[in-house]
Amino acid sequence: MAIEIDTSAFTEEAYELLSELEDSLLELEENPTDQDLIGRVFRAMHTIKGSGAMFGFDEVAEFTHEVETIFDLARNGTIPVTKVLIDLTLAARDHIRALLDAAAGGDEADKVEAQRIIDGLRALDPSNSDQPAAAKAAPAAKKGAKAKDEDGPQLFRIRFKPHPEIFANGTNPLLLLGEVTDLGETRVVTHHEALPELEALDPEQCHVSWEIFLTTEEGENAIEDIFIFVGEDCEVNIRALDQEEELTTSPQKLGDILVQRGDIAPGILEDALKPIGDRLIASGAVSQSKVKAALEEQKAVKQKRDQKKKQESATSIRVPSDKLDNLVDLVGELVTVQARLNQISSTRDNHDLQVIAEEVERLTGELRDNTMSIRMLAIGSTFNKFKRLVRDLSKDLGKEIEMTTEGADTELDKNVIDQLNDPLVHIIRNSIDHGVEGPEERVANGKPAQGKIHLAAIHSGASVLIRVDDDGAGLNADMLRQKAVEKGTVPPDVELTDKEAYQLIFGAGFSMAKAITNVSGRGVGMDVVRRSIDNLRGTIDVSSTLGKGTSITLKLPLTLAIIEGLLIKVGDELYVLPLAAVEECVELSAGDVANAHGRHVINVRDEIVPYIRLRDRFEVEGTRPEIEQIVISEVNEKRVGFVVDDVIGQHQTVIKSLGSNFEHSEEFSGATILGDGTVALIIDLGKMVRFVESEEEESPE
Amino acid sequence: MDEQLSAPSTQYLTFLLDDEVFAVDISKIREVLEYTSVTKVPRTPRFMRGVINLRGSVVPVVDMRAKFQMPSTEKTVNTCIIILEVATEEGMTVMGALADSVQEVMELGPGQIEPPPKIGTRLRSDFLIGMGKHDGRFIMILDIDKIFSADELSQVQNAA
Repeated sequence: MAIEIDTSAFTEEAYELLSELEDSLLELEENPTDQDLIGRVFRAMHTIKGSGAMFGFDEVAEFTHEVETIFDLARNGTIPVTKVLIDLTLAARDHIRALLDAAAGGDEADKVEAQRIIDGLRALDPSNSDQPAAAKAAPAAKKGAKAKDEDGPQLFRIRFKPHPEIFANGTNPLLLLGEVTDLGETRVVTHHEALPELEALDPEQCHVSWEIFLTTEEGENAIEDIFIFVGEDCEVNIRALDQEEELTTSPQKLGDILVQRGDIAPGILEDALKPIGDRLIASGAVSQSKVKAALEEQKAVKQKRDQKKKQESATSIRVPSDKLDNLVDLVGELVTVQARLNQISSTRDNHDLQVIAEEVERLTGELRDNTMSIRMLAIGSTFNKFKRLVRDLSKDLGKEIEMTTEGADTELDKNVIDQLNDPLVHIIRNSIDHGVEGPEERVANGKPAQGKIHLAAIHSGASVLIRVDDDGAGLNADMLRQKAVEKGTVPPDVELTDKEAYQLIFGAGFSMAKAITNVSGRGVGMDVVRRSIDNLRGTIDVSSTLGKGTSITLKLPLTLAIIEGLLIKVGDELYVLPLAAVEECVELSAGDVANAHGRHVINVRDEIVPYIRLRDRFEVEGTRPEIEQIVISEVNEKRVGFVVDDVIGQHQTVIKSLGSNFEHSEEFSGATILGDGTVALIIDLGKMVRFVESEEEESPE
Repeated sequence: MDEQLSAPSTQYLTFLLDDEVFAVDISKIREVLEYTSVTKVPRTPRFMRGVINLRGSVVPVVDMRAKFQMPSTEKTVNTCIIILEVATEEGMTVMGALADSVQEVMELGPGQIEPPPKIGTRLRSDFLIGMGKHDGRFIMILDIDKIFSADELSQVQNAA
């Protein structure tokens, strides 16, 4: 596998989807005719299948596909939703869960059960009823080779006691020890109590023995192999200490280990319960080195257990995003209070207060940065996931597709990124399956054999644009219209523009595919896309040229993102402009206005720039200042000026939603809270320009 | 059902708008704030006073007097913002209502509340749950969910 991907994201998501699936199924049992619920069940399975395949959980994807196929019949009304179907689907849900658990290192999923579910489901299919159910092959199982690394490293105790005359055979025990050490992490204890006095020492005999605690991923056989040729010349005792209970319960007491190993009798242990090691040595019951060995054993087991614990508590945790929202709100409050504290401390001549205020300021700043950084993620990691998807899918379909990305460092709120994954999976799958043609067809149409899919993220004012471009066949608006009329979604006498026709692909159950494949064609995917993007309050724009390619652009608001803002003043109120769009600020004097004969244009270095006076726009009463400021911005690739009373400066802007009441506001994308606790509105330049344009078109004055 | 009918009286918070007594079911009220500076949102109807910062969230404030076609609220020491939890189709939202002053919390039994008359209140009768009597004064009991419904407030563009 060339590309390493973090599969935990998928399993986490899949577990969530599975519980959703269960809920929906149980609800469906109550209302078996509810199309919406059937759709929900179907979408959940479809997403599990899709992301499953993407992350290499082939078994999950294949199994889910089987279940989905039958459920599709229920969705079309071919078969009714019966108790049997629900029971089987629930069983299937449990089996998918078992498959996921198995992949995460749990027990192997029951294949017999899987076959029973699939056979049961197939029996429900009227077109299949005459076929023997077991005729089709069960989903392939590709396990077995993994057994070794699934278990992880194991801890062994090796007692190696060479016979005194081992040297006579030319064996060097140190080399053997070296080989053992090579297998993994070791702790070695030497037993030298058998060593005679110097005068009695026969240097040609071996008097020492060793105990080795080895943590290794190799099996017991590998250790035995080392000693295979010296079996006759020594005592070797290998024992796996890695029994589940030894690692999950607390480490064994030293005395227990000694007793278990047969080094002391249980009675002696009872005698010597205080500083146990010393007492045992003092009583002569056990040599110092034996105690040491036991201690080492205890240590090794404990270390292993700690490691295991660490593995179990994963490196990342999934937190409900409303908890993060709460945290951000609290930090926002804290920042506001801190600003007030600073203001007060600066007016009092109290050194102690000032010191505290400064400390609070520093801590608040760090807390704010940390909190925000928790929420903001670069979209790159999401992009990377799709490389695998494109690679595998295009191979399956016999297509050559290269994927390129752009703007991977664009930061988006974690919320948004999480919810972007599903829709992007579906869009890309669609592009690969329906968009990009096979190599022969491409060459025949004069295109390079290798297709291209380009994934881009771009900041655009208060939004982020995510664009998926392909250079495939493009959408055929006429065919879409025809299909919509056939399906009855659109009355035959309604004329749709191309843009409107493209939007049809997002309808539930709408599919242009002639055959249902594992990849797409059921008309669920794009329905998921629209729902997810609606939930994010984003918009979808499709443009396509027949024969040239399709481009799908998701425009997402930066709901809870931070932007660099430019704080400006109009009348008594402060507003924030997104700094990303701002190009420069110039002065607008009364003379400039007179020059243009009251028309709202200004000459900036020989370029005519139209402007919008925010004072007029916001119906601010009072007189204009002598010299106003124009903030020149780039909006929709055009330069537009915004006339303000004063430019205050840069401002780190935490975007707050204005709430549903102002959702349709023409000029504001949100609000932010300033240091003194008041609210400033964030101006959506693009929207405002569009709105002014359409107003002026309607009523040219 | 019987229990419900003879249910103990409900508690209401009363407040003044232009010397008239209005009341809101106390379970709808989250808190009452002193008047703080309200940021005006341009191009919104007159009754949309603007938005305030309520401990980090942005909460819209409606001028109740303006909403009921009275002269706009002038700020006094008694002016306050009643923070309400309003049920909308999309769930619970928090809104502020600007009132001249907050009076008291009182209990009104079902016998003390009469259905709103169709005419004569100078208010749209669907804004009222009923009219109560207390110490010889009328109390207009408001249907907060109706008054703050999206339809009522999204006149934003129309009024602009």
